[in-house]
Amino acid sequence: MGARDFESVLEVRNLHVAYLSRAGVPASVIADVSFDVRSGEIVGVLGESGSGKTTLAASLLRLLPSNGKIQHGSITFQGRDVLQAEPRELESLRGKRIALINQEPSVALHPTMRVSDQVDEVLAAHEHLSRKARRERLQKVLGALFPTETERISSSYPHQLSGGQRQRVLIAQAIACGPSLLIADEPTASLDPATQREILSVFENVRRRFGIAIIFITHNPSLLAGLADRVLVLYAGRVAEFGPAENVLFHSLHPYTRALLGCLPPPYGTSAVNRKTKLPVIAGDSPNVDFLSLGCRFEPRCEDRFEHCRTREPVAVSPANEHVVSCFKFGR
Amino acid sequence: MPALNGVSLSIAPRSTLALVGESGSGKSTLALCLACLERPSSGKIWFGGRDIAALDENQMRAVRPQIQLIFQDPASSLNPRFTALEIVTEPLVLQRRWKGRQTREEGFALLERVGLSAEMASRRAGEFSGGQKQRLAIARALSLEPKILILDEALSALDCSAQARITNLLLELQSSFALTYLFITHDLAMAAHIADEIAVMNRGRIVEQGVPQKLLDSPEHEATRCLVAATPQSIMTSRMLGA
Repeated sequence: MGARDFESVLEVRNLHVAYLSRAGVPASVIADVSFDVRSGEIVGVLGESGSGKTTLAASLLRLLPSNGKIQHGSITFQGRDVLQAEPRELESLRGKRIALINQEPSVALHPTMRVSDQVDEVLAAHEHLSRKARRERLQKVLGALFPTETERISSSYPHQLSGGQRQRVLIAQAIACGPSLLIADEPTASLDPATQREILSVFENVRRRFGIAIIFITHNPSLLAGLADRVLVLYAGRVAEFGPAENVLFHSLHPYTRALLGCLPPPYGTSAVNRKTKLPVIAGDSPNVDFLSLGCRFEPRCEDRFEHCRTREPVAVSPANEHVVSCFKFGR
Repeated sequence: MPALNGVSLSIAPRSTLALVGESGSGKSTLALCLACLERPSSGKIWFGGRDIAALDENQMRAVRPQIQLIFQDPASSLNPRFTALEIVTEPLVLQRRWKGRQTREEGFALLERVGLSAEMASRRAGEFSGGQKQRLAIARALSLEPKILILDEALSALDCSAQARITNLLLELQSSFALTYLFITHDLAMAAHIADEIAVMNRGRIVEQGVPQKLLDSPEHEATRCLVAATPQSIMTSRMLGA
Protein backbone atom coordinates (compact mmCIF):
# COMPACT_ATOMS: atom_id res chain seq x y z
CA MET A 1 0.00 0.00 0.00
CA GLY A 2 2.06 2.96 1.17
CA ALA A 3 5.80 3.39 1.11
CA ARG A 4 5.97 2.22 4.71
CA ASP A 5 4.54 -1.17 3.90
CA PHE A 6 7.21 -1.61 1.30
CA GLU A 7 10.06 -1.32 3.74
CA SER A 8 8.53 -3.72 6.26
CA VAL A 9 9.86 -7.27 6.15
CA LEU A 10 7.16 -8.47 8.47
CA GLU A 11 3.76 -7.08 9.36
CA VAL A 12 1.63 -8.55 12.07
CA ARG A 13 -1.90 -7.20 12.40
CA ASN A 14 -4.37 -7.91 15.20
CA LEU A 15 -2.98 -11.35 15.87
CA HIS A 16 -4.96 -13.55 18.28
CA VAL A 17 -3.61 -16.93 19.36
CA ALA A 18 -5.20 -19.34 21.82
CA TYR A 19 -4.40 -22.76 23.20
CA LEU A 20 -7.30 -25.17 23.39
CA SER A 21 -7.72 -27.20 26.53
CA ARG A 22 -8.62 -30.91 26.25
CA ALA A 23 -12.24 -29.90 26.54
CA GLY A 24 -11.77 -27.51 23.63
CA VAL A 25 -11.94 -24.34 25.69
CA PRO A 26 -9.64 -21.67 24.25
CA ALA A 27 -7.24 -19.77 26.52
CA SER A 28 -6.09 -16.55 24.90
CA VAL A 29 -2.29 -16.35 24.88
CA ILE A 30 -1.74 -13.66 22.27
CA ALA A 31 -4.41 -10.99 21.90
CA ASP A 32 -4.61 -8.24 19.33
CA VAL A 33 -0.86 -8.03 18.74
CA SER A 34 0.19 -5.71 15.94
CA PHE A 35 3.71 -4.71 15.00
CA ASP A 36 6.05 -4.53 12.07
CA VAL A 37 9.70 -5.23 11.49
CA ARG A 38 11.57 -3.16 8.93
CA SER A 39 14.37 -4.58 6.87
CA GLY A 40 17.68 -4.69 8.67
CA GLU A 41 16.08 -3.61 11.95
CA ILE A 42 16.44 -5.20 15.38
CA VAL A 43 13.14 -5.35 17.25
CA GLY A 44 13.39 -6.42 20.88
CA VAL A 45 10.44 -8.28 22.36
CA LEU A 46 10.46 -7.85 26.13
CA GLY A 47 8.21 -9.91 28.36
CA GLU A 48 8.21 -12.05 31.47
CA SER A 49 7.74 -15.81 31.38
CA GLY A 50 4.18 -16.58 30.41
CA SER A 51 3.72 -13.30 28.55
CA GLY A 52 3.45 -15.13 25.22
CA LYS A 53 6.88 -14.34 23.76
CA THR A 54 7.64 -17.87 22.63
CA THR A 55 4.10 -18.41 21.35
CA LEU A 56 4.45 -15.24 19.32
CA ALA A 57 7.69 -16.51 17.78
CA ALA A 58 6.12 -19.87 16.97
CA SER A 59 3.03 -18.23 15.45
CA LEU A 60 5.12 -16.17 13.04
CA LEU A 61 6.41 -19.41 11.51
CA ARG A 62 3.18 -21.33 12.08
CA LEU A 63 5.01 -23.75 14.32
CA LEU A 64 2.45 -23.83 17.11
CA PRO A 65 1.78 -27.11 18.90
CA SER A 66 -1.34 -28.94 17.72
CA ASN A 67 -3.58 -27.37 20.38
CA GLY A 68 -2.46 -23.86 19.43
CA LYS A 69 -4.80 -21.94 17.15
CA ILE A 70 -4.28 -18.65 15.36
CA GLN A 71 -7.78 -17.24 15.74
CA HIS A 72 -7.67 -13.93 13.91
CA GLY A 73 -5.26 -11.52 12.39
CA SER A 74 -2.72 -11.46 9.64
CA ILE A 75 0.98 -12.11 9.29
CA THR A 76 2.55 -10.70 6.15
CA PHE A 77 6.13 -11.54 5.33
CA GLN A 78 7.62 -9.66 2.37
CA GLY A 79 4.17 -9.11 0.96
CA ARG A 80 3.15 -12.78 1.32
CA ASP A 81 0.35 -13.89 3.60
CA VAL A 82 1.94 -16.42 5.96
CA LEU A 83 -1.40 -17.60 7.33
CA GLN A 84 -2.67 -18.58 3.87
CA ALA A 85 0.60 -20.14 2.72
CA GLU A 86 0.54 -23.72 1.39
CA PRO A 87 2.80 -26.30 3.08
CA ARG A 88 5.31 -26.06 0.21
CA GLU A 89 5.54 -22.31 0.52
CA LEU A 90 5.88 -22.55 4.29
CA GLU A 91 8.80 -24.91 3.87
CA SER A 92 10.56 -22.35 1.72
CA LEU A 93 9.97 -19.71 4.39
CA ARG A 94 11.07 -21.66 7.43
CA GLY A 95 14.81 -21.84 7.86
CA LYS A 96 15.49 -20.16 4.52
CA ARG A 97 13.69 -16.80 4.46
CA ILE A 98 12.87 -16.69 8.18
CA ALA A 99 15.33 -18.32 10.56
CA LEU A 100 14.59 -19.26 14.15
CA ILE A 101 17.05 -19.67 17.00
CA ASN A 102 15.61 -21.39 20.03
CA GLN A 103 16.42 -21.03 23.68
CA GLU A 104 18.81 -23.86 24.44
CA PRO A 105 22.00 -23.96 22.38
CA SER A 106 23.04 -27.15 24.13
CA VAL A 107 20.10 -29.18 22.84
CA ALA A 108 19.76 -27.54 19.43
CA LEU A 109 22.92 -29.11 18.02
CA HIS A 110 23.45 -32.71 17.03
CA PRO A 111 25.98 -34.15 19.49
CA THR A 112 27.76 -36.47 17.03
CA MET A 113 27.96 -34.25 13.94
CA ARG A 114 30.81 -31.91 13.15
CA VAL A 115 30.01 -28.20 13.07
CA SER A 116 30.62 -27.86 9.32
CA ASP A 117 28.28 -30.79 8.57
CA GLN A 118 25.52 -29.32 10.72
CA VAL A 119 25.65 -25.99 8.94
CA ASP A 120 25.97 -27.74 5.58
CA GLU A 121 22.84 -29.75 6.36
CA VAL A 122 20.82 -26.54 6.44
CA LEU A 123 22.20 -25.47 3.06
CA ALA A 124 21.55 -28.89 1.57
CA ALA A 125 17.95 -28.83 2.77
CA HIS A 126 17.10 -25.44 1.30
CA GLU A 127 19.42 -24.54 -1.55
CA HIS A 128 19.99 -26.17 -4.91
CA LEU A 129 23.71 -25.67 -5.00
CA SER A 130 26.55 -27.73 -6.31
CA ARG A 131 28.82 -29.30 -3.76
CA LYS A 132 31.51 -26.76 -4.58
CA ALA A 133 29.18 -23.77 -4.27
CA ARG A 134 27.93 -25.14 -1.00
CA ARG A 135 31.43 -25.52 0.35
CA GLU A 136 32.18 -21.93 -0.60
CA ARG A 137 29.07 -20.67 1.11
CA LEU A 138 29.92 -22.72 4.18
CA GLN A 139 33.40 -21.22 4.28
CA LYS A 140 31.97 -17.73 4.02
CA VAL A 141 29.40 -18.20 6.78
CA LEU A 142 31.71 -19.95 9.22
CA GLY A 143 34.48 -17.48 8.41
CA ALA A 144 32.14 -14.62 9.29
CA LEU A 145 31.25 -16.10 12.68
CA PHE A 146 34.63 -17.55 13.57
CA PRO A 147 37.16 -15.17 11.98
CA THR A 148 39.95 -16.91 13.86
CA GLU A 149 40.17 -20.68 14.16
CA THR A 150 37.65 -21.23 11.36
CA GLU A 151 39.19 -24.59 10.50
CA ARG A 152 39.38 -25.93 14.02
CA ILE A 153 35.81 -24.98 14.91
CA SER A 154 34.41 -26.33 11.62
CA SER A 155 35.76 -29.78 12.34
CA SER A 156 34.79 -29.76 16.04
CA TYR A 157 31.90 -31.53 17.71
CA PRO A 158 29.49 -29.49 19.86
CA HIS A 159 30.85 -30.87 23.14
CA GLN A 160 34.28 -29.46 22.28
CA LEU A 161 32.87 -25.93 22.11
CA SER A 162 32.03 -23.36 24.76
CA GLY A 163 28.48 -22.07 25.23
CA GLY A 164 29.26 -18.92 23.29
CA GLN A 165 30.79 -20.87 20.41
CA ARG A 166 27.75 -23.16 20.24
CA GLN A 167 25.52 -20.12 20.05
CA ARG A 168 27.65 -18.86 17.15
CA VAL A 169 27.17 -22.18 15.36
CA LEU A 170 23.40 -21.77 15.72
CA ILE A 171 23.67 -18.28 14.28
CA ALA A 172 25.74 -19.71 11.40
CA GLN A 173 22.97 -22.23 10.69
CA ALA A 174 20.38 -19.49 10.89
CA ILE A 175 22.07 -17.13 8.43
CA ALA A 176 23.45 -19.81 6.06
CA CYS A 177 20.62 -19.41 3.55
CA GLY A 178 20.62 -15.64 3.75
CA PRO A 179 17.25 -15.07 5.46
CA SER A 180 15.60 -11.67 5.60
CA LEU A 181 14.40 -12.20 9.14
CA LEU A 182 15.97 -13.93 12.11
CA ILE A 183 13.88 -14.71 15.19
CA ALA A 184 16.04 -15.31 18.27
CA ASP A 185 14.21 -16.57 21.36
CA GLU A 186 16.25 -15.85 24.52
CA PRO A 187 19.49 -16.62 22.69
CA THR A 188 21.78 -15.56 25.51
CA ALA A 189 19.85 -16.74 28.56
CA SER A 190 22.34 -19.43 29.61
CA LEU A 191 25.52 -17.43 29.01
CA ASP A 192 27.66 -15.40 31.40
CA PRO A 193 27.70 -11.61 30.93
CA ALA A 194 30.99 -11.42 29.03
CA THR A 195 29.87 -14.10 26.56
CA GLN A 196 26.43 -12.48 26.44
CA ARG A 197 27.97 -9.18 25.33
CA GLU A 198 30.00 -11.04 22.75
CA ILE A 199 26.93 -12.79 21.29
CA LEU A 200 24.98 -9.53 21.25
CA SER A 201 27.73 -8.00 19.13
CA VAL A 202 27.51 -11.01 16.80
CA PHE A 203 23.82 -10.24 16.25
CA GLU A 204 24.71 -6.62 15.68
CA ASN A 205 27.28 -7.73 13.08
CA VAL A 206 24.89 -10.10 11.35
CA ARG A 207 22.47 -7.24 10.94
CA ARG A 208 25.13 -4.86 9.67
CA ARG A 209 26.97 -7.21 7.32
CA PHE A 210 24.05 -9.14 5.89
CA GLY A 211 21.19 -6.69 6.44
CA ILE A 212 19.12 -9.33 8.25
CA ALA A 213 16.26 -8.03 10.36
CA ILE A 214 16.17 -9.55 13.84
CA ILE A 215 13.40 -10.15 16.37
CA PHE A 216 15.26 -10.49 19.65
CA ILE A 217 13.10 -12.04 22.35
CA THR A 218 14.19 -11.69 25.97
CA HIS A 219 13.04 -11.24 29.55
CA ASN A 220 16.08 -9.17 30.40
CA PRO A 221 15.55 -5.47 29.60
CA SER A 222 19.19 -4.60 30.06
CA LEU A 223 20.17 -6.67 27.03
CA LEU A 224 18.07 -4.51 24.74
CA ALA A 225 19.69 -1.19 25.61
CA GLY A 226 22.20 -0.48 22.88
CA LEU A 227 21.06 -3.43 20.74
CA ALA A 228 17.44 -2.99 19.69
CA ASP A 229 16.18 -0.22 17.43
CA ARG A 230 12.64 -0.65 18.65
CA VAL A 231 11.22 -2.50 21.64
CA LEU A 232 7.87 -4.22 22.03
CA VAL A 233 6.71 -4.90 25.58
CA LEU A 234 4.35 -7.85 25.98
CA TYR A 235 2.16 -8.29 29.02
CA ALA A 236 -0.14 -11.32 29.25
CA GLY A 237 -0.20 -11.65 25.49
CA ARG A 238 -0.95 -8.01 24.73
CA VAL A 239 1.29 -5.24 23.50
CA ALA A 240 1.71 -2.86 26.42
CA GLU A 241 4.03 -0.56 24.56
CA PHE A 242 5.94 -0.46 21.29
CA GLY A 243 8.34 2.17 20.05
CA PRO A 244 11.93 3.29 19.62
CA ALA A 245 14.18 1.53 22.18
CA GLU A 246 15.33 4.84 23.60
CA ASN A 247 11.73 5.86 24.39
CA VAL A 248 10.49 2.52 25.66
CA LEU A 249 13.48 1.78 27.89
CA PHE A 250 14.42 5.21 29.11
CA HIS A 251 11.16 7.17 28.84
CA SER A 252 8.63 4.38 29.31
CA LEU A 253 4.97 5.31 29.24
CA HIS A 254 3.06 2.17 30.18
CA PRO A 255 2.75 1.61 33.96
CA TYR A 256 3.77 -2.03 33.45
CA THR A 257 7.02 -1.18 31.66
CA ARG A 258 7.83 1.36 34.34
CA ALA A 259 7.14 -1.14 37.14
CA LEU A 260 9.14 -3.87 35.40
CA LEU A 261 12.19 -1.68 34.88
CA GLY A 262 11.85 -0.49 38.46
CA CYS A 263 12.55 -4.04 39.69
CA LEU A 264 16.15 -3.93 38.53
CA PRO A 265 18.72 -3.49 41.30
CA PRO A 266 20.02 0.09 41.55
CA PRO A 267 23.27 0.90 39.75
CA TYR A 268 26.21 0.46 42.02
CA GLY A 269 27.52 3.93 41.38
CA THR A 270 24.75 5.28 43.61
CA SER A 271 25.00 5.73 47.34
CA ALA A 272 25.79 2.76 49.54
CA VAL A 273 22.88 3.68 51.81
CA ASN A 274 20.31 1.76 49.79
CA ARG A 275 22.24 -1.46 49.80
CA LYS A 276 20.60 -4.54 51.27
CA THR A 277 17.23 -2.82 51.19
CA LYS A 278 14.16 -4.26 49.53
CA LEU A 279 13.73 -3.78 45.81
CA PRO A 280 10.50 -2.45 44.38
CA VAL A 281 8.24 -5.26 43.11
CA ILE A 282 5.10 -5.44 41.01
CA ALA A 283 2.27 -6.26 43.40
CA GLY A 284 0.07 -9.24 42.64
CA ASP A 285 0.52 -12.11 40.20
CA SER A 286 0.55 -12.41 36.44
CA PRO A 287 -3.00 -12.94 35.24
CA ASN A 288 -4.24 -16.44 34.62
CA VAL A 289 -5.17 -16.58 30.94
CA ASP A 290 -8.05 -18.91 31.76
CA PHE A 291 -9.87 -16.23 33.73
CA LEU A 292 -9.37 -12.88 32.08
CA SER A 293 -11.50 -9.91 32.94
CA LEU A 294 -12.98 -7.58 30.37
CA GLY A 295 -10.66 -4.73 31.08
CA CYS A 296 -6.95 -4.06 30.83
CA ARG A 297 -4.93 -7.16 31.69
CA PHE A 298 -2.55 -5.18 33.89
CA GLU A 299 -5.34 -3.39 35.77
CA PRO A 300 -5.30 -5.54 38.97
CA ARG A 301 -1.61 -4.76 39.52
CA CYS A 302 -1.53 -1.23 38.14
CA GLU A 303 -0.79 1.73 40.37
CA ASP A 304 -2.29 4.25 37.95
CA ARG A 305 -5.60 2.53 37.27
CA PHE A 306 -8.85 4.34 36.58
CA GLU A 307 -12.39 3.15 37.23
CA HIS A 308 -13.01 2.10 33.63
CA CYS A 309 -9.75 0.13 33.34
CA ARG A 310 -11.59 -2.81 34.87
CA THR A 311 -14.35 -2.93 32.33
CA ARG A 312 -12.84 -1.68 29.10
CA GLU A 313 -9.85 -2.79 27.11
CA PRO A 314 -7.52 0.13 26.31
CA VAL A 315 -6.91 0.77 22.61
CA ALA A 316 -3.41 1.46 21.36
CA VAL A 317 -2.74 5.18 21.14
CA SER A 318 0.29 7.01 19.92
CA PRO A 319 1.14 9.95 22.20
CA ALA A 320 4.56 10.43 20.61
CA ASN A 321 5.87 9.80 17.13
CA GLU A 322 6.22 6.06 16.49
CA HIS A 323 5.59 5.29 20.15
CA VAL A 324 2.43 3.25 20.72
CA VAL A 325 1.00 2.52 24.15
CA SER A 326 -2.14 0.68 25.28
CA CYS A 327 -3.20 2.56 28.37
CA PHE A 328 -6.04 4.92 29.28
CA LYS A 329 -3.55 7.31 30.83
CA PHE A 330 -2.72 8.44 27.33
CA GLY A 331 -6.18 8.98 25.91
CA ARG A 332 -9.50 7.32 24.97
CA MET B 1 44.01 -29.60 35.88
CA PRO B 2 43.17 -27.95 39.21
CA ALA B 3 39.64 -26.51 39.22
CA LEU B 4 40.51 -24.52 42.33
CA ASN B 5 44.01 -23.34 42.98
CA GLY B 6 44.91 -21.93 46.36
CA VAL B 7 41.51 -20.39 47.20
CA SER B 8 41.31 -18.52 50.50
CA LEU B 9 38.26 -16.65 51.68
CA SER B 10 36.19 -16.11 54.77
CA ILE B 11 32.56 -15.18 55.35
CA ALA B 12 31.50 -13.40 58.52
CA PRO B 13 28.46 -14.89 60.30
CA ARG B 14 25.12 -13.39 59.18
CA SER B 15 26.74 -11.63 56.24
CA THR B 16 26.55 -12.15 52.49
CA LEU B 17 29.56 -12.83 50.34
CA ALA B 18 28.95 -12.57 46.62
CA LEU B 19 31.17 -14.74 44.47
CA VAL B 20 31.46 -13.50 40.89
CA GLY B 21 33.51 -14.63 37.91
CA GLU B 22 33.10 -15.86 34.35
CA SER B 23 31.84 -19.37 33.58
CA GLY B 24 34.43 -22.02 34.29
CA SER B 25 36.29 -19.94 36.85
CA GLY B 26 35.57 -22.48 39.60
CA LYS B 27 32.64 -20.87 41.44
CA SER B 28 30.44 -23.96 41.46
CA THR B 29 33.32 -26.28 42.36
CA LEU B 30 34.01 -24.09 45.36
CA ALA B 31 30.33 -24.26 46.30
CA LEU B 32 30.38 -28.06 46.16
CA CYS B 33 33.48 -28.18 48.37
CA LEU B 34 31.87 -25.91 50.96
CA ALA B 35 28.70 -28.01 50.95
CA CYS B 36 30.76 -31.17 51.62
CA LEU B 37 29.73 -32.64 48.28
CA GLU B 38 33.23 -32.53 46.84
CA ARG B 39 36.43 -33.06 48.78
CA PRO B 40 39.32 -30.67 48.12
CA SER B 41 42.64 -32.38 47.35
CA SER B 42 44.34 -30.13 49.88
CA GLY B 43 43.46 -27.22 52.12
CA LYS B 44 41.14 -26.59 55.03
CA ILE B 45 37.54 -25.43 55.29
CA TRP B 46 36.73 -24.11 58.75
CA PHE B 47 33.09 -24.16 59.76
CA GLY B 48 31.88 -23.90 63.34
CA GLY B 49 35.39 -24.42 64.69
CA ARG B 50 36.07 -27.61 62.71
CA ASP B 51 37.92 -28.39 59.49
CA ILE B 52 35.08 -29.94 57.52
CA ALA B 53 37.33 -30.93 54.65
CA ALA B 54 38.98 -33.47 56.93
CA LEU B 55 35.81 -35.15 58.21
CA ASP B 56 34.91 -38.72 57.37
CA GLU B 57 31.70 -39.55 55.54
CA ASN B 58 29.67 -40.07 58.72
CA GLN B 59 30.73 -36.83 60.28
CA MET B 60 30.08 -35.00 57.02
CA ARG B 61 26.52 -36.25 57.02
CA ALA B 62 25.99 -34.39 60.26
CA VAL B 63 27.46 -31.16 58.83
CA ARG B 64 25.69 -31.12 55.47
CA PRO B 65 22.27 -30.04 56.79
CA GLN B 66 23.86 -26.87 58.11
CA ILE B 67 25.14 -25.81 54.71
CA GLN B 68 22.40 -25.89 52.09
CA LEU B 69 22.62 -25.36 48.35
CA ILE B 70 20.13 -23.70 46.06
CA PHE B 71 20.65 -24.08 42.32
CA GLN B 72 19.92 -22.03 39.24
CA ASP B 73 17.22 -24.19 37.74
CA PRO B 74 14.54 -24.96 40.30
CA ALA B 75 12.63 -27.07 37.79
CA SER B 76 15.36 -29.69 37.67
CA SER B 77 16.05 -29.63 41.40
CA LEU B 78 12.46 -30.41 42.44
CA ASN B 79 10.88 -33.84 42.09
CA PRO B 80 7.98 -33.34 39.65
CA ARG B 81 5.94 -36.14 41.24
CA PHE B 82 6.04 -34.65 44.71
CA THR B 83 3.57 -32.13 46.06
CA ALA B 84 4.91 -28.86 47.45
CA LEU B 85 4.42 -30.19 50.98
CA GLU B 86 6.30 -33.40 50.21
CA ILE B 87 9.14 -31.43 48.65
CA VAL B 88 9.71 -29.19 51.65
CA THR B 89 9.31 -31.96 54.23
CA GLU B 90 11.44 -34.60 52.49
CA PRO B 91 14.64 -33.50 54.26
CA LEU B 92 12.84 -33.75 57.62
CA VAL B 93 11.71 -37.27 56.80
CA LEU B 94 15.18 -38.30 55.59
CA GLN B 95 16.81 -36.89 58.70
CA ARG B 96 14.04 -38.37 60.89
CA ARG B 97 13.57 -35.06 62.64
CA TRP B 98 9.82 -35.19 63.06
CA LYS B 99 7.01 -37.65 62.74
CA GLY B 100 3.64 -37.65 60.97
CA ARG B 101 1.53 -34.66 61.87
CA GLN B 102 4.44 -32.70 63.22
CA THR B 103 6.17 -32.99 59.85
CA ARG B 104 3.06 -31.73 58.08
CA GLU B 105 2.73 -28.76 60.39
CA GLU B 106 6.40 -27.94 60.00
CA GLY B 107 5.91 -28.18 56.21
CA PHE B 108 3.01 -25.71 56.24
CA ALA B 109 5.04 -23.35 58.39
CA LEU B 110 7.93 -23.53 55.94
CA LEU B 111 5.69 -22.81 52.96
CA GLU B 112 4.19 -19.83 54.73
CA ARG B 113 7.64 -18.53 55.60
CA VAL B 114 8.60 -18.30 51.92
CA GLY B 115 5.28 -16.74 50.91
CA LEU B 116 3.41 -19.79 49.58
CA SER B 117 -0.12 -20.26 50.82
CA ALA B 118 -1.45 -23.42 52.46
CA GLU B 119 -3.71 -24.12 49.51
CA MET B 120 -0.63 -24.50 47.29
CA ALA B 121 0.69 -27.30 49.49
CA SER B 122 -0.96 -30.06 47.49
CA ARG B 123 0.14 -28.78 44.08
CA ARG B 124 2.98 -30.46 42.24
CA ALA B 125 6.22 -28.73 41.27
CA GLY B 126 5.20 -28.36 37.63
CA GLU B 127 2.22 -26.19 38.55
CA PHE B 128 4.38 -23.45 40.03
CA SER B 129 5.96 -20.52 38.24
CA GLY B 130 9.74 -20.12 38.16
CA GLY B 131 9.77 -17.76 41.11
CA GLN B 132 7.46 -19.99 43.14
CA LYS B 133 9.65 -23.01 42.39
CA GLN B 134 12.64 -21.12 43.70
CA ARG B 135 10.62 -20.32 46.84
CA LEU B 136 9.99 -24.05 47.25
CA ALA B 137 13.70 -24.78 46.89
CA ILE B 138 14.43 -22.15 49.54
CA ALA B 139 11.78 -23.58 51.89
CA ARG B 140 13.27 -27.04 51.47
CA ALA B 141 16.74 -25.71 52.20
CA LEU B 142 15.45 -23.96 55.34
CA SER B 143 13.74 -27.10 56.66
CA LEU B 144 16.93 -28.34 58.31
CA GLU B 145 17.67 -24.98 59.94
CA PRO B 146 20.94 -24.33 58.11
CA LYS B 147 23.51 -21.73 59.08
CA ILE B 148 24.72 -21.11 55.54
CA LEU B 149 22.81 -20.97 52.27
CA ILE B 150 24.85 -21.29 49.11
CA LEU B 151 22.87 -19.66 46.32
CA ASP B 152 24.42 -20.86 43.08
CA GLU B 153 23.00 -18.55 40.39
CA ALA B 154 19.70 -18.88 42.20
CA LEU B 155 18.23 -15.77 40.55
CA SER B 156 19.69 -16.12 37.06
CA ALA B 157 16.85 -18.04 35.47
CA LEU B 158 14.15 -15.64 36.73
CA ASP B 159 12.50 -12.57 35.20
CA CYS B 160 13.56 -9.31 36.73
CA SER B 161 10.27 -8.91 38.61
CA ALA B 162 10.62 -12.41 40.12
CA GLN B 163 14.28 -11.66 40.86
CA ALA B 164 13.30 -8.64 42.89
CA ARG B 165 10.76 -10.65 44.90
CA ILE B 166 13.15 -13.50 45.66
CA THR B 167 15.86 -11.00 46.57
CA ASN B 168 13.50 -9.38 49.04
CA LEU B 169 12.61 -12.78 50.48
CA LEU B 170 16.29 -13.64 50.90
CA LEU B 171 16.96 -10.35 52.70
CA GLU B 172 14.00 -10.98 55.00
CA LEU B 173 15.06 -14.56 55.80
CA GLN B 174 18.62 -13.50 56.45
CA SER B 175 17.62 -11.10 59.17
CA SER B 176 14.99 -13.33 60.77
CA PHE B 177 17.08 -16.53 60.82
CA ALA B 178 20.58 -15.01 61.11
CA LEU B 179 21.61 -16.75 57.90
CA THR B 180 24.95 -16.48 56.16
CA TYR B 181 24.84 -16.39 52.38
CA LEU B 182 27.31 -17.29 49.71
CA PHE B 183 25.71 -15.67 46.69
CA ILE B 184 27.21 -16.96 43.44
CA THR B 185 26.22 -14.80 40.51
CA HIS B 186 27.06 -13.26 37.15
CA ASP B 187 25.06 -10.19 37.99
CA LEU B 188 27.33 -7.54 39.46
CA ALA B 189 24.55 -5.03 40.06
CA MET B 190 22.63 -7.58 42.12
CA ALA B 191 25.81 -8.64 43.93
CA ALA B 192 26.49 -5.02 44.83
CA HIS B 193 22.95 -4.63 46.09
CA ILE B 194 22.70 -7.58 48.45
CA ALA B 195 26.28 -8.47 49.42
CA ASP B 196 28.45 -7.17 52.23
CA GLU B 197 31.52 -8.24 50.31
CA ILE B 198 32.29 -9.37 46.80
CA ALA B 199 34.97 -11.91 45.86
CA VAL B 200 36.09 -12.23 42.26
CA MET B 201 37.18 -15.63 40.93
CA ASN B 202 39.34 -16.16 37.92
CA ARG B 203 40.88 -19.47 36.77
CA GLY B 204 40.37 -21.17 40.09
CA ARG B 205 41.69 -18.36 42.24
CA ILE B 206 40.19 -15.52 44.23
CA VAL B 207 41.83 -12.51 42.61
CA GLU B 208 40.12 -9.74 44.54
CA GLN B 209 37.82 -9.40 47.54
CA GLY B 210 36.33 -6.30 49.11
CA VAL B 211 33.26 -4.22 49.86
CA PRO B 212 31.10 -3.69 46.73
CA GLN B 213 31.51 0.06 46.41
CA LYS B 214 35.28 -0.02 46.49
CA LEU B 215 35.69 -3.12 44.37
CA LEU B 216 33.42 -1.84 41.61
CA ASP B 217 34.56 1.77 41.65
CA SER B 218 38.25 0.98 41.56
CA PRO B 219 38.74 -2.61 40.47
CA GLU B 220 42.34 -3.66 40.79
CA HIS B 221 42.44 -6.94 38.93
CA GLU B 222 41.97 -7.31 35.18
CA ALA B 223 39.26 -9.97 35.68
CA THR B 224 37.21 -7.57 37.83
CA ARG B 225 37.55 -4.80 35.25
CA CYS B 226 36.32 -7.17 32.52
CA LEU B 227 33.29 -8.13 34.59
CA VAL B 228 32.42 -4.52 35.33
CA ALA B 229 32.72 -3.65 31.63
CA ALA B 230 30.52 -6.56 30.58
CA THR B 231 27.68 -5.70 32.93
CA PRO B 232 24.83 -4.33 30.85
CA GLN B 233 22.88 -3.61 34.01
CA SER B 234 25.20 -0.79 34.96
CA ILE B 235 24.57 1.07 31.72
CA MET B 236 20.87 0.41 31.84
CA THR B 237 19.98 1.46 35.34
CA SER B 238 22.26 4.43 35.59
CA ARG B 239 20.60 5.83 32.48
CA MET B 240 17.14 4.99 33.69
CA LEU B 241 17.66 6.99 36.79
CA GLY B 242 18.22 9.95 34.54
CA ALA B 243 21.99 10.12 34.96
